[in-house]
Amino acid sequence: MKTHPLKLLLLQVLVAIAVLGFWHVGATVPIGGKYLLPEFFFSTPLDVIKRVVELFVSGTIWKHLWITLTETVLAFIIGSVGGVLIGFWFARKPLLAAVFDPYVKMVNALPRVVLAPIFMLWLGLGIWSKVALGVTLVFFIVFFNVYQGVKEVSPVVLANARMMGMNERQLFRNVYWPSAMSWMFSSLHTAVGFALVGAVVGEYLGSAAGLGYLIHQAEGVFDVTGVFAGMFILAAFVLVIDWIVTRVENRLLVWRPQAASEQG
Amino acid sequence: METALRPSPAPHAAPAASGAPLAVALDDVSISFAMKGQPVFKAVAPTSLHVREGEFVAIVGPTGCGKSTLLNATAGLLKPAGGKVAIFGEPLVGLNAQAGYLFQQDALMPWKTALDNVAIALEIGGTPRARALEQAQEWLTKVGLGRFGERYPHQLSGGQRKRVGLAQVLVRDPKILLMDEPFGPLDAQTRQIMGTLLLRLWAQDRKAVLFVTHDLEEAIALSDRVVIMSAGPEARIIGDFPIDLARPRDASEIRLDPRFHELHRQIWNQLKAEVAKTYGDITEGEEIAP
Repeated sequence: MKTHPLKLLLLQVLVAIAVLGFWHVGATVPIGGKYLLPEFFFSTPLDVIKRVVELFVSGTIWKHLWITLTETVLAFIIGSVGGVLIGFWFARKPLLAAVFDPYVKMVNALPRVVLAPIFMLWLGLGIWSKVALGVTLVFFIVFFNVYQGVKEVSPVVLANARMMGMNERQLFRNVYWPSAMSWMFSSLHTAVGFALVGAVVGEYLGSAAGLGYLIHQAEGVFDVTGVFAGMFILAAFVLVIDWIVTRVENRLLVWRPQAASEQG
Repeated sequence: METALRPSPAPHAAPAASGAPLAVALDDVSISFAMKGQPVFKAVAPTSLHVREGEFVAIVGPTGCGKSTLLNATAGLLKPAGGKVAIFGEPLVGLNAQAGYLFQQDALMPWKTALDNVAIALEIGGTPRARALEQAQEWLTKVGLGRFGERYPHQLSGGQRKRVGLAQVLVRDPKILLMDEPFGPLDAQTRQIMGTLLLRLWAQDRKAVLFVTHDLEEAIALSDRVVIMSAGPEARIIGDFPIDLARPRDASEIRLDPRFHELHRQIWNQLKAEVAKTYGDITEGEEIAP
């Protein structure tokens, strides 16, 4: 069953209008002398939109966006490179993987938020403590995927490549590497998402700039409008990054059979 | 393709020069698998099989009889438990560098285009990329996929992927061709077309071929000799039939030849008992139609 794209868009917009309408009415129209959504706790949609526009017009938001983006990208790059290197290393050296297995599991089991104070002590309130938090999240996702990717290379493809006369180096370049990359890219969305979570949570817990800081500041002075405006910008920011990741993924994985429903 | 080639029985039958040197010599080769917590599984009992240069030999046997295992031992992918494997008179050490192997399953690298999949076979041997691409394109054209070079494996049909696989193996010009039920997953029509294509390419330089299949008709249509293996475990060779059908052949038209039917009947009578053994539990005493 296929819905016409225009009709679908209309329905989606309708949901937004219904939610915003309910919010607006709840915050501004008293029912029986009481507000369903008191403005003090919920702000109003118009105020939030005004604040978002203000942030962009005055230009204050750009600095925060830039900081958060930098942290996210750095966390993603460092975490991915580390995950790929260690993942490959472990996959090719089973003894090493076996020895480190309990420790890897232990560190991965730890909720990463508890590491934030440690990183702040070590690395200060600047961007690096946030990058470090993001790295601990991204690293494990990429690590596990690359490890799996190398382990699960099709034995037939491998045997075929060997019969062709490939040496270890050529096998790495032509078989192991592309296979591991395909696994890594399949987790790209999750990895980028976690890099952003690391950055924002880190900022929230202690910093002087960034989207997380912005939200935390607003919350500190009971500026609910500011909190909602920050959340709105954060959500939009995530959507944009996700869109870019999808584009990159489609470019890099052209050789993959595409699920027909996913792409228009 | 070559519908004009009507095989007439006689002229240059049995082309495999019986005096030609041995390309593959398996002597008393036995193969076992050790599995955890179980007694050693003896897949193949001591078996000898010789393939001469220019000879096309098919191994036929019931499913799971160890024909592929024998092929893997020839390729060097598997170390036999006993016996000797010699390639052109030299004992085989490690992988068989003289052999090209066409697998039953998809063995193409899914992240490379058809053209790159063929070209890589040359590039790893040190051929410059431009030259490798040129030759790869030539081979793709030979297997009828000249215009499909830019496609990725998942964009090709099963039969087309097999053609790319064939080009990938043949572009290296191996002296021996090992084929493990290569056309098994294809539909009957495509299999015959692939058979004819294989025969046409093979006729150009007549490599030694070891072709494993469970399809007796395919074996007779393609080969110079059909070797029958018994049901496993401890499978062994229980029949060796020369196929004296004239070449060049067309893999589908040859099936209309009276001599083909005669050979088929003769070999099937032998194979029948073995097939019954494999499925002993369900077909005891019943007649199995070919």
